[in-house]
This record gives sequence, structure tokens and C-alpha cells, in this order.
Amino acid sequence: MAEFILYKSIICVVIFALSLGIAAYSTWWERKFAGLLQDRWGPSRAGWWGLLQPLADGGKMLWKEEIIPNVSNKFLFVIAPALFIVTAIVAGVLIPWAPDLKIGETFYSMQISDVNVGVIFLLGVTSIGVYGIMIGGWASNNKYSLLGAIRASAQMISYELAMGISLIALIITAGGTLSFSEIVKAQDAGVANIVWQPLGFLIFFVCALAETNRAPFDLAECETELVGGYHTEYSAFKLGLFLFAEYINMFVSSAVMAGFYFGGYNFPFAAELYQALGLETGDWQISLIGFLVYFTKVAIFITTFMWIRWTLPRFRYDQLMNLGWKTLLPLSLLNLALTVVVEFFRGNIHL
Amino acid sequence: MLGYTITQWLFGILSFMAIMFALMVVFTRNPIHSVLYLVLTFFCIAGHYLLMNAQFLAVVHIAVYAGAIMVLFLFVIMLMNLNEDTEPQKTMITKLIAGVIGGLFLLVLVGALKGTEQLAITKYGYSEAGLMKNLGRVLFKEYLFPFEIVSVLLLAALVGAIMLGKKEAKE
Repeated sequence: MAEFILYKSIICVVIFALSLGIAAYSTWWERKFAGLLQDRWGPSRAGWWGLLQPLADGGKMLWKEEIIPNVSNKFLFVIAPALFIVTAIVAGVLIPWAPDLKIGETFYSMQISDVNVGVIFLLGVTSIGVYGIMIGGWASNNKYSLLGAIRASAQMISYELAMGISLIALIITAGGTLSFSEIVKAQDAGVANIVWQPLGFLIFFVCALAETNRAPFDLAECETELVGGYHTEYSAFKLGLFLFAEYINMFVSSAVMAGFYFGGYNFPFAAELYQALGLETGDWQISLIGFLVYFTKVAIFITTFMWIRWTLPRFRYDQLMNLGWKTLLPLSLLNLALTVVVEFFRGNIHL
Repeated sequence: MLGYTITQWLFGILSFMAIMFALMVVFTRNPIHSVLYLVLTFFCIAGHYLLMNAQFLAVVHIAVYAGAIMVLFLFVIMLMNLNEDTEPQKTMITKLIAGVIGGLFLLVLVGALKGTEQLAITKYGYSEAGLMKNLGRVLFKEYLFPFEIVSVLLLAALVGAIMLGKKEAKE
């Protein structure tokens, strides 16, 4: 029991620190990448290549004056950013980062919790995520904030439907399991789910962009219409938490996509490579290679998110709703029907 | 601990919190706070489901009730912008009538539930019935027909709601 608690604590702390670190350096990479796309330097003063920029930003957020509007509901105003960042981090407990590690005679899974209804848990956590934005927007007692909050929640509810249905199709392909680690494990034969779910992945990707409130779906914080959207009234570190949570969300949804559709820590010819290197199941080298592979996939996704942000202009609100309800939802239903037919002929569905 | 197991402690704490939050839903003045307390109540109930090893039900409870339905509630209440100034003040006689009716309803409920025999509740933490696999088997094998009927009913409600919404927009 004590050993179990120790192991879970270590992995919790590591993954927590990893999420925060990645989120911090995503802000750096976002600015650097934007610089690259716009033919300028991006951050370059704080440290070599601007690598200390996240620390400088964090410090600035911490030491700025904090303003709480005195007509707003103080408790809800303060709790909202915390709620938002907590829900962002919680989704990370599901991600199996690497193949099981063998220490002594026991196998340790590189995942905080293997929830056996993982996919639904993920949907639940995403849908809870909207409370941070809504409460924050409402408690600010500001029309722009409220409008931003309402936009964000309407957007999240709309895109959750298509997301959920594309996940159902994924579950059918993955052999009917809802556990994240089993979905990843099922892809170790070399065929990633993307091969059977190209349309599903596309839908999921667009929905993930919308759920994380990233451009081109960042209408909740549309500067030209709503000042700062739901975080207009926030200052100092509370604003920092809101901005930070967006990057954590991006990181987690990248990890989810890489795990669900691109095999997670699996890669083609993994077994052959391990055999050539003389590694056995459970060796730390396998875990390390698996982790690095997973991490590379996640980094590619995060970069894609940023690439899209600096390439596409923002949607108009009616276009956003039309895309969600009239395009993605029917498409995801079509994808579900197609998946059932395809899987039936592949022999994975038994009547 | 004091002769109780951890599960019993959790049950007690969760029940206390659920009842307290449920009371707060009724007693708080601000409708937004009511909604938020209701969300907390749902979380406590989801905790009860987890204690009964019904993980699927717990997660769906949170995803559907807390994540979707209550968000819509919050959404509508925020748009209506209810506050104490614009809310119609109820007269004493309305309050009195409401109290009497509520009391009578409580009496009926107590009377109806008093004589019923207690349901055999599965022992906490041991039942496998709430797991996804077993639930799916039961739903799609033994209760397939009622399940389909319910989905048709939901579809009818959905179509009905859309029709009502459309008609208003045209006028």
C-alpha cells in the first residue's frame, strides 16, 4: 500500500510538473513560432533565444497589481480561474505516457489513473471546463465578460456533440474499450486508428480547436468585439491562470489526439526495433523511447494548433454555429454510420 | 476510525454535503448561486455512485447533468439577468399558500414512503452491476425494447422542441 501511494504520488507530481512546464514553454514556442511565420524574431532578450521568457512573464503576472471589481461577487470571481485551471489539468490523469515500466518484479503503468470509462470521463471533464469561464464572466459584472462567457459556453456545448459522436466511432474502431490505455495499446500492431478514422480525426481536431477556445474559434475573447472577452476584468495572476489554462488545455488535447488517433507511444516497427536493440518488455529504455515518441507527436500537434492560429482569421459567430451544428454534427453521424459498415466488413462487429 | 470504515465515512460526508448543498439550492437568494449549488449536489451524488462502484453512471451523471444541463440552466439564467430588483415580490398570502401546499406534499410523501419496505441496496464497493460492460449487456439484451422506446421518446421531445422554437421565430 505504501509503495503504491509513493508510486502514484511520484507520477502525479511528475505529470503535474510536466503539464505546467509544457504549458509555460508553449507560450514561448507560440511567440517564437509566430515570429517565424511573420518573419521576425519573437522573444529574444530574456535568456538565450528568449528561453527565460516564460519565467519573466510569470514573474510579471505575479507582481502586478491585482484588481477585483468591488461590485462583483468576490468569491466566485476568485474561484473561477482556479476552477478553470484545475479542470484543464484533471484531464491529464488519463494519458498513458509510456509503455509499462518494470521495476523489480512489478509493472508500473506510466499513467496516473486507468479509468475504465476514460473516454466518457474525458468528455465530462471537458464539459465541466466551461464553468470556469462562465462563472468568471458572470462574476466580473461586466457586459463584455458576460457576452464572452456566453459565447464560450454556447460554443463548447455545440462542439461537444460532434466530438462525442466522433469518439463513439473511434471506440468502435478501437474494439469497444473506453479505457485510454487500452485504446493506445490496441494500436501497437502498427496500424494507428487514424487509418480507419480519417474523417473522425478531422472532426475531433476541429472540435478540439473549438473546445480549447483557440483561433480560429477564439470568439470568447475576441478583442475587436469584446475587449478581452470573459477575462476582461481579470488582472495579475488570475489572468495568468486563465491564459495558462488555455495552454494546458491545448497540451492535453494534443496528447489525447496523439493517443487516440496516432498510436500514442507506439510507432511503426517498434517491436522490431526493440528486438534489434535486445530490449525486453518493461525495460526502462522502452519506456523512455515510448515517452519521447509520444512527446514528439504531442509537440507536432501543439505546433499545428499554433500554425492554425497564425494562419486562419477568426470565424464570425454565425459561421461558428453553422459549422458546429450543420456541418460537423451531420458529418460525425455519417462517420459513425460509415465506421459501423467498415468495421462490420472487417469482422470486428459480431451480430 | 471511531469504529467506521473509510467507505462509511465517505458515505456520511458525501450525504451530509449533498443534503447541505441541496438545501442551499433552495435557500440562497441568487438564482446563479442556486444553480452552482445544484452542480455541487450532483457532484456529491456522483460520489455516491462511485462508492457503489458504478463508475459509468457517476461519470455520465457529471457529464450530462453538471456538464450539459446545468450549463444550459446557467446560460439561460445569465441571459435573463434575474436580480432582486426586477424579481416580482410575492405577497404574504402567496407565501402562506405555498407553505401549506408544500407541507401537504411533504405529508403525502412521508405517508406514501413510510410503509414501503426498504430496498436491498447492493453492498458498497462490491457490486459489478454498475460497470460499463455489465450495464451495456443488461441494457441491450434484457431491456432493449424499453431502451429503444425511451430513445424514440427523447427524439420526439427533441423534434417537438425544435418545432416550437421554429414557430416562434417565424411570427
